[in-house]
Amino acid sequence: MTKAITVAGLHKSFGRTHALDGLDLAVETGEVHGFLGPNGSGKSTTIRVLLGLLRADSGAAQLLGRDPWNDAVELHRRVAYVPGDVTLWRNLSGGEVIDLYGRLRGGLDPARRADLIERYELDPTKKGRTYSKGNRQKVALVAAFASDVDLLILDEPTSGLDPLMEEVFQSCVAEERERGRTILLSSHILSEVEALCDRVSIIRQGRTVESGSLADMRHLTRTSITAELAGAPNGLAHLPGVHDIDIQGMRVTLQVDTDKLDAVLRSLTASGVRSLTSTPPTLEELFLRHYAADTGERAGVTAR
Amino acid sequence: MTAVTVSATRAGRSARGGQLTGTGTLLRLALRRDRIMMPIWVIVLGGSFSSVGKSFSSLYDTAAQRAELAASMNGNSSLRAVYGPVFNDSVGGLVTWRMVGFGAAMAAVMSLIIVIRHTREEEETGRQEMLSAAMVGRRAPLTSALLAALIADAALALMIVAGMAGSGAGGAGAVALALTVAGIGALFACTAAIAAQLTESARLAKGLTAAVIGAAFVLKAAGDSSTDDASSVLNWLSPIGWAENVRAYADERWWVLLVVGAAVLIQGGIAYALAGRRDVGMSFLPTRPGPATGRISTAFGLALRLQRGALIGWTLSFAAVGAVFGGLTGGAADLVGTNEKTKEIFERMGGQAGLTDAFLAAMVGMLGMVAALYIVASVLRLHGEETAGRAEPVLAGGVSRIGWAAGHLVIAFGGAALIMAVGGLGLAAGYGHELPAVLGASLAQLPAVWLLGGLTVLLYGALPKAAVASWGVVGICLALGWIGPAVNMPQPVMNLSPFSHLPKLPGTEMQWPPALWLTAGAVVLVAAGLGALRRRDVQQG
Repeated sequence: MTKAITVAGLHKSFGRTHALDGLDLAVETGEVHGFLGPNGSGKSTTIRVLLGLLRADSGAAQLLGRDPWNDAVELHRRVAYVPGDVTLWRNLSGGEVIDLYGRLRGGLDPARRADLIERYELDPTKKGRTYSKGNRQKVALVAAFASDVDLLILDEPTSGLDPLMEEVFQSCVAEERERGRTILLSSHILSEVEALCDRVSIIRQGRTVESGSLADMRHLTRTSITAELAGAPNGLAHLPGVHDIDIQGMRVTLQVDTDKLDAVLRSLTASGVRSLTSTPPTLEELFLRHYAADTGERAGVTAR
Repeated sequence: MTAVTVSATRAGRSARGGQLTGTGTLLRLALRRDRIMMPIWVIVLGGSFSSVGKSFSSLYDTAAQRAELAASMNGNSSLRAVYGPVFNDSVGGLVTWRMVGFGAAMAAVMSLIIVIRHTREEEETGRQEMLSAAMVGRRAPLTSALLAALIADAALALMIVAGMAGSGAGGAGAVALALTVAGIGALFACTAAIAAQLTESARLAKGLTAAVIGAAFVLKAAGDSSTDDASSVLNWLSPIGWAENVRAYADERWWVLLVVGAAVLIQGGIAYALAGRRDVGMSFLPTRPGPATGRISTAFGLALRLQRGALIGWTLSFAAVGAVFGGLTGGAADLVGTNEKTKEIFERMGGQAGLTDAFLAAMVGMLGMVAALYIVASVLRLHGEETAGRAEPVLAGGVSRIGWAAGHLVIAFGGAALIMAVGGLGLAAGYGHELPAVLGASLAQLPAVWLLGGLTVLLYGALPKAAVASWGVVGICLALGWIGPAVNMPQPVMNLSPFSHLPKLPGTEMQWPPALWLTAGAVVLVAAGLGALRRRDVQQG
């Protein structure tokens, strides 16, 4: 078995709202898979279908080779889930909740639990009501990372964590990957995704718009080039894949589709290069391009 | 920078005059949020006064009939304990006799819900933090919540005055009755306001206030049985006792309303003093740290932990109430003569002529109806856990929906059996005789309680958005049980309540068929509700 999660053509409506509109997702066993999309694009709905909390209208979904709706209980012993907004019982302490969640899954490693509580600087004796947002997230994270499971489903797990804790989180994910566990990570923090994820899927309006490794995706985007030339540039503007070109005397700035870079460089060297700065596409650019609609206003608003 | 300076100045100015800044806006928000709940309360509760009035005027349409009813009611201390003394045998006087305690207690419940909803509940959910960060004075949330409750109580008073006038019993008596009911509502609104300052949990604040209302009701009943004109110390210790002492329609004692008003002001003052001295979201009963490791390992363990406190509170209350009413039972022997009218009414309520048994049967029936409130509250914990988002991570663990729900349902249905058993034991202990018969009678109420619990499970499972309608169903059954016998409600209407189908124990033979049918109905309802729960989406708040 190589796929931890497979989802094909998933549909889910709430009344007149089509939350999922033919979504596809494939997560390999042992990988950290980024799950990205603007707010309201259907990430949490997909996750709730995968957890058997929602029943899909149509389409296929499999988790660890089984049906998430019918085999929910057996599956959940092998799955740990961290929601983006953890709510706790006001009169239970954090430690009690961690142990409860652990026992409701496959069990808890006490040594790892103690280690995680220390690393996250969590006070497990405080009652649910008295935790801040970040500390409530930590309770759920400690419970998830200390549990003995095969798959972790993390839905914006680091919202409310400070940068130091974000670092602890990233090292935890790296450790989990080394232990061969699969992680589905929904996140808006691009540096986190870039640092952790082997592959990502980007969804918009309930549909998958892009899926693959970050390296693959970079090829689909543009590189910015600024060059000072020895002579006047020649025919650059007419090369395929060149955008936003600006020529001032012998100084050129332009954007080029990364897979069309070759011809541009050849043309530049033909004029003689004095200096050259090339900036690879940033993830932000990558995501903004996918988040924003190619057409229509709605997604344009979302991307802002 | 300019903007900051300007708003700082404005805030500084309002800090001098402005502990109440923003009250109007918050009040509009509260009324907007309660735009369905509040009118339902006011119309149903206010309307029940006029419908009881119409029933009395058609049932006892001559002065002689009414006088006979009044005499028979006043003659027996057990009857007085159940229904209170009759001060006047006009239609208005009879409505006051029947409704003033019940109506005042209901107005108190309405006010408590409104006040807690807009104070502690807002703080507990964190919504208050955002409001208080705006231009909202420190005492504005409490003020707007109290004003919302006062508006509801005032609307209720208008409904009562209009309804009584419509039943041909208007005038000063109607005004006194309406002011009494609204005044007790306002009084307990202030009790709720104090409770909201004391604890961080809205549930606990509601429970504390409800316990005070229940204690007031029991004190009134105990006082009624020891004197024939509600003049005992016990009556005067209870605000609901004050309500009957206003004596609407019977040479109204207006000064008693001043006592109510004074209590409103004193309690309101305490609540304001507390509210001004604490942090938003915090309370005067601080949260203690808990254990660093937990022993809860199953969904049932979690449910037990969550419902433990409430179940202990209910059990103690049932034991106490049972003991008090058990102690009053002896009074049933003080029967002054054998009055046909009395017997007839008691037969409708308790089912047969043995008056001691009939009194016990009436008490057991009341415990059963109150236990229905417990079972609905307990079943609806499922709904609360789900909409608050706390069920989701549990269900994402190795727990089936049925397993998760079953944990709470065992406590709801088993807890109902526990409190009825304890209530029956308390009753028998207070009475001092007939332990097996009284305990058996108490437990015989369970099929009806369970049926209402089953109905709640079905509503929750199949129509989660309408789950709170279960309260309405239980409210109707309570009203039928409390008012129905006295106004000679037609049997088909009475039969809508499952309690009407139970044998009137103790004193008669146990009839198993209705008990078994009701129990079977409860099982079917629970099964259907769980089946629906398993098939539907988990709701988000």
